[in-house]
Amino acid sequence: MITLPAPKPDILARRDAILADLARMLPADAVIGETIRMKPYETDGLAAYRQMPLAVVLPRTTQEVAQVLRYCHANGIRVVPRGAGTSLAGGALPLADAVVIGLMRMNRIKEINLENRYAVVEAGVTNIGITKAVEGDGFFYAPDPSSQLACMIGGNVMMNSGGAHCLKYGVTANNLLGVTFVTIEGEIIEIGGNHLDAAGYDWLGLITGSEGQLGMVTDVTVRILRGPEGARAMLAAFDSVEVAGAAVDAIIGSGIIPVALEFMDKPCIHACEAFAHAGYPLDAEAMLIIEVEGSQAEQDMLLGKIRDICARFNPISMKLAESAEQSLAIWKGRKGAFGAVGRISPDYLCMDGTIPTGELPHVLKRIGEMSVQYGLGVANVFHAGDGNLHPLIMFDANDPASFRKAEEFGADILKLCVEVGGCLTGEHGVGVEKRDLMGTQFTPRELDLQRGIKTAFDADWLLNTAKVFPLTGNPKIAA
Amino acid sequence: MSVIAPETEEALAAEVTRAHAAREPLCIEGRGTKRAMLRPVQAARTLSTRNLTGIVLYRPTELMIRARAGTPIPEIEAALAENNQHIIAEPPDLTAMFSASEAATLGGVVSTNLSGPRRIMWGAMRDHVLGIRAVTGEGEVFRSGGRVLKNVTGLDLCKLLTGAHGTLGVLTEVTLKVLPRAEATGTLAIRVPDVAQGIAALSAALGSPYGVSGAALLPEGHASLGSGVIALARIEDFAESVTYRTGKLRDELAALGEATLLDTPASHAIWREVRDAKPLDAAPEEAIWRISVAPSAAPGVVAALRAAFGAKLLLDWGGGLIWVAGPAQERAHGAVMQAASAARGSFTLFRAPASLSGHVPVVPDEAAPLAAIGRRVKATLDPLGLLNPGRMRG
Repeated sequence: MITLPAPKPDILARRDAILADLARMLPADAVIGETIRMKPYETDGLAAYRQMPLAVVLPRTTQEVAQVLRYCHANGIRVVPRGAGTSLAGGALPLADAVVIGLMRMNRIKEINLENRYAVVEAGVTNIGITKAVEGDGFFYAPDPSSQLACMIGGNVMMNSGGAHCLKYGVTANNLLGVTFVTIEGEIIEIGGNHLDAAGYDWLGLITGSEGQLGMVTDVTVRILRGPEGARAMLAAFDSVEVAGAAVDAIIGSGIIPVALEFMDKPCIHACEAFAHAGYPLDAEAMLIIEVEGSQAEQDMLLGKIRDICARFNPISMKLAESAEQSLAIWKGRKGAFGAVGRISPDYLCMDGTIPTGELPHVLKRIGEMSVQYGLGVANVFHAGDGNLHPLIMFDANDPASFRKAEEFGADILKLCVEVGGCLTGEHGVGVEKRDLMGTQFTPRELDLQRGIKTAFDADWLLNTAKVFPLTGNPKIAA
Repeated sequence: MSVIAPETEEALAAEVTRAHAAREPLCIEGRGTKRAMLRPVQAARTLSTRNLTGIVLYRPTELMIRARAGTPIPEIEAALAENNQHIIAEPPDLTAMFSASEAATLGGVVSTNLSGPRRIMWGAMRDHVLGIRAVTGEGEVFRSGGRVLKNVTGLDLCKLLTGAHGTLGVLTEVTLKVLPRAEATGTLAIRVPDVAQGIAALSAALGSPYGVSGAALLPEGHASLGSGVIALARIEDFAESVTYRTGKLRDELAALGEATLLDTPASHAIWREVRDAKPLDAAPEEAIWRISVAPSAAPGVVAALRAAFGAKLLLDWGGGLIWVAGPAQERAHGAVMQAASAARGSFTLFRAPASLSGHVPVVPDEAAPLAAIGRRVKATLDPLGLLNPGRMRG
């Protein structure tokens, strides 16, 4: 179980006065204090943890965000920034003495510039909303986290979100040009701009993925890219994890960088097939979904090369999509993987470690052993090109012992990821979920340096307190 | 000036610890090939990573290579080439520009965040730094990132140190993401009437579905391609794709100018020149600037700088990167700063004699609240301000 710091008693005692102050500085509908209306904000995508905040505010402008932050800073009130609340790591989990600043009303697209290939959007615009705004002209915004229908670009910036297509197009950090950044003191700072690589320290790179520890982002300038002529997927199934891994190495070694290269293990194939009826081979131990881009002829050429490579590894079956519809069918099961696991288990924890890709067989074998040891099922999906592993651990949230075991199982998997040369989180972030594991990846002094950077931005540790950094050994937070 | 060049990270850290105890500032460098970049460092002693060499780990199928900071770039490129891979950001070789006698090091290229033409499609040097080991201004070794391609664990100090010109820590080891080299390269050299139409051609190329990985503009033409303004659009891919895509692109851009197709060897040659800013043709005594703007602002910048001091120019990144050469004088520098600011862009005084760079801002000033944060971040990593004092700001 993850502990949260004790609320500041003086802040709790002043709650009514604080709500009144917030109501004076913001439009009437932007401040929420009633328990029933705060209910949707008490948790995020890590739904096992819940905590009512002190208050929720929903500003509409950068100025309003700055005003609230300035006020909270002056009064020593903790702040929890929130986008759509889709964090799987508890990044938006409230604290009892904190004001949640929700960005969902900042949802305007301010500029679309096709000539220079960028868009300026407010932080509360959804990830898919950016692509929707430019796809009519053939453009798209590349990072595509699974939650892209709901998650907001402000949250994507704070968590440096990835997706299935980042092997080719990179993660959020690689697709940003600038942000409007608001400090805890309420200072509004333009970082970067509408051009590449501003001179000076790379503040944009530091802020991206900082999980709300350094400040808030209200406007975001993203790169938009022209989409390819087309894309098509294929499926290849193998009778062992090792062989599928070797096929992945051979594809990468051949010089082809597919736009997506996804791996599913047997439990995952079965769960997805039962859910989506995508025609996945149920006798396979491992399955790859490989997607390439280009004209029809180029797709044929690339899929042909990949088919020839896979054929050297005695696949159980291969299926090349002949059309966009067949591609969708191949993807249907994978895209529904989380829902599929949700159907066979009352609850699941979605883990997110990264491993050197060559370690996959060893890691999956160890996870299988742990699954037996903990008595909990697990299904694995893996972004095979970049080593990002998502074990879905199945448990029953109505049984506290089952949840505790699932958390321990998850922690053991992440420790294993670090042990084999990987890391605790590839794209979901640390949040509260992995906070207490940070010591397995970093030395105490390395954590101190990161805390020092945090302190340079937020001297009183009011921003998203109790996330990312372990509470122990942290003089800034009394646990 | 005395130079210390330790052979291990431990020895290097001990040197920094000693300097810290003695409150002695240090000039941090690899092989010193870019000593004339930005501002002169105010330090009597130099700490070099030139003896921290060698590739530590290279896993072609994991698309990563790890090497000590003093490893020369050609050594890394050669190891990658054996597996048909390359450094993605295509960092320029500036030995000629800086009159250096040897090749740059990995640490130096990362510390200066040097990216070449491929930046426009595949990202900057900073986008491919997977992990670092570095020494703080107090002599402590720390790591950030790791060896895997996707990693959001903790604050990203890799990006903070990349491009920090050695002022936030001494890099001792860098892990890079690498990618396969393309089988073939094709380039359309498009003759355009002026800079504005050249930018339009590059924007059209980059807005096409053909994956253009280089988009440059030669305002004064080129010795082998002829005089007049020439726009270059590059495609790197499998040979069949290069043939197909350059053909489609040529058809789509036909209205903007007549195009010549350069084959793989000719493409490699011209893009190496663009990468190293050779067409800028800067004289040894001239100053060199880099300006970063939205491409559509480039024609205005070009016109302003030609009018101000007859600037020599080379444009890359679809027009978003403007290389400028001109007299190493404050008047010219003022014109560059003003043009960059008017275009809402950024500038770097890339190469200049100390008589100019020593008393002008070589990068844009930061807003006061950000500058204050910057001082606190610097104090966290280098409390006494001993690493490369004066390099980025006076």
